[in-house]
Amino acid sequence: MATAYDIAMKHTEPEKDSGAPVVAVEDVRKSFADHMVLDGINLRVTRGETLAVLGRSGTGKSVLLRLIIGLEKPDSGSIRIHDQDIAGLPMDRLGEIRKKMGFLFQHAALYDSLTVAENVAFPLEHHRRDMSRSERADRVKQLLAEVGMEGDVDKMPSDISGGMQKRVGLARALALEPEILLLDEPTAGLDPISSGEIDDLILKLQRERRMASIVVTHDLHSAKTIANRLALLDQGKVVIEGSFEDLQQSNIAFVKEFLKQS
Amino acid sequence: MSDHKQIVVAGIHPLIPVQRSVSIPSALEFVGRMTNRFFEWFGEIGIFSWNVLKAGLTPPYEWRELVRQLDEVGSMSLPLVAAAGAAISVVISMEARYSLSRFGAKSMFPTTLVYSVIQVMGPIMTGLIVSGRVGAGIGAELASMKVTEQIDAVEASAINPYRLLAATRILACILMLPLLTLAADASGLLMGWLAQAMVEPLSFHQFIASGFKGSKLSDFLPPTFKTAVYGLIIGLIACFQGMRTRGGAEGVGRAATNSVVLASLFVILADVVLVKFILVVFP
Repeated sequence: MATAYDIAMKHTEPEKDSGAPVVAVEDVRKSFADHMVLDGINLRVTRGETLAVLGRSGTGKSVLLRLIIGLEKPDSGSIRIHDQDIAGLPMDRLGEIRKKMGFLFQHAALYDSLTVAENVAFPLEHHRRDMSRSERADRVKQLLAEVGMEGDVDKMPSDISGGMQKRVGLARALALEPEILLLDEPTAGLDPISSGEIDDLILKLQRERRMASIVVTHDLHSAKTIANRLALLDQGKVVIEGSFEDLQQSNIAFVKEFLKQS
Repeated sequence: MSDHKQIVVAGIHPLIPVQRSVSIPSALEFVGRMTNRFFEWFGEIGIFSWNVLKAGLTPPYEWRELVRQLDEVGSMSLPLVAAAGAAISVVISMEARYSLSRFGAKSMFPTTLVYSVIQVMGPIMTGLIVSGRVGAGIGAELASMKVTEQIDAVEASAINPYRLLAATRILACILMLPLLTLAADASGLLMGWLAQAMVEPLSFHQFIASGFKGSKLSDFLPPTFKTAVYGLIIGLIACFQGMRTRGGAEGVGRAATNSVVLASLFVILADVVLVKFILVVFP
C-alpha cells in the first residue's frame, strides 16, 4: 500500500530541466560569538523540488534559511539565487531577489496590529501598486481560500490559533507568486492533526505551483511527507543528503540514531 | 578569569587565622567598560541614522504609513500636551503674580507669562511629555516587533524596515513637535489668562496685547521650531532602541524605558545648546 511519502514522491518529482539550481549554497560558514553554527554547507535546490533540512535543535537549520533570505550574512562561502550571489548585495537590490521568495517564519511573524486580510495584503500593497484595490482584495480572498482561512479575514492574529496563524503566514508568503519558498519549522508546536493538515497544504501548493522549496524541520514524519530530498545536519555540516531510503540504508551512526529517535 | 580583584582579609586571632574573600570590581575596568559602551552606542546610532537617512530619501516613499504616524504622534499626544500646558501655566500664573506684586511690577504679568510659556516652558515641557508618551510607545512597539520577528518579516517581504518603520516615525515626530508646542502654548496662555482674570478682571484681548507688546517674531518662532530638533531626538532614539532589542519581554521593557530616559536626557541637553544658539543667531 502506498505511503504518504510515496504519494509525495510521485507528485513532486523535480521537473527535468537543465539541472541549474535555483538556490545554491556553496561552502557557507557562519558563526556567532566564536560558536561555529554552519561549517562548510553545500546544498542545491532546483525548480519544483522540495528539500527538507533536518537536524537536532540548535544545529543551525533556521540560520541556514535566514542566510538564504539574506537576513544574515555568511562569514564565508556564497549563496546564489538564480546564479546571483546575494551575500554582498545592498538592501534595495536584495529586495528585488526577495520578491521572488516567500518565507514562513517558525511562529508565523504576523503583524499583530493588522487583520488576517491586511497581513496577506501587505506585500501586495507595497509591490503590486499596479493592482486596483478590488483586484488586491480578490487576490487576498483567493490566497486565504487556498489555505482554508477565507472565513477569518477580519480577525486579528491574537484571535486565531497557532495553526491558523501558520496558514495565514503561508498565504502571505505566497502573495507575490514566489519561485522559492522557505519554511521554518512549519509544524512546530502543532498537534498531530494540525501538523498533518499543514503538510497536506504544503504538498498541494507544491503540486500546483512547482516552486523550489526548502523546509527546515526536526519532524522526520513531516519531512518524509513533503520532501523529495532530505539533508541531515550535525555540528554545522551536512552528514547525509538523499532520499529517505538513502537515510535508512546509511551506516553513519548519527543518522541511525536520528532515525531511531524520530 | 575573574573580573574582580580578590581581597583577602586575615583574622585577628593569631592561633585561628580566618580568611575571608571579598570581590571588589576594579574601578578602572568599570570605567573602561562604560566608556566602551558609551562610544559603541554612539557608533551604532550613527550607523542606524545613516541607514534611515538613505532609506528615507530614496523612493518608494511610505506616505500612508507617514500619515498614520502623524496621527499617532500628533492627535494622540494633543490632549496630554494641552492639559500639561494649561496646568503649568496656572502654576506660573500664581507664582508670577505673587513675585511681581512683591516688587511692584504687577503690570508686567502678561508679558512675563507670555514669554515664560512660549520661550521656555512650552517647548521643554512638550518635549519631555512627548519623550515619555511617544518615546515609550515607539520603543515598545518596535521592540515587540523585533522580538516576534515581525521586523524580519517586513525585510523578508522585500520592504526596507528603515524606510517603513523608522523614517516615517522620525519624520512624524519632527513635524508634529512644533505643532504640539503651539497647542501647549495656546492652552497655557488661555489658562494663564483665566487664572489671572479670576483674581483681577482683564479681557483676553488686553492680556494678549499687553503680553506681546514690543515683541518680534524672532522672539517666539525659534523657540517653537527648535522643538523639531526634539522630535528628531525622540524619534531617532526610540526607533533605534526598539529595533536593536534582544531578549523577549524583558528586552521590550528595557527598550521602552531606555527610549524614555535617553530621549528625555538628550532633549534637555539639546535645549541648553539650542537656547544658546538662538540667543547668538537671534540676539
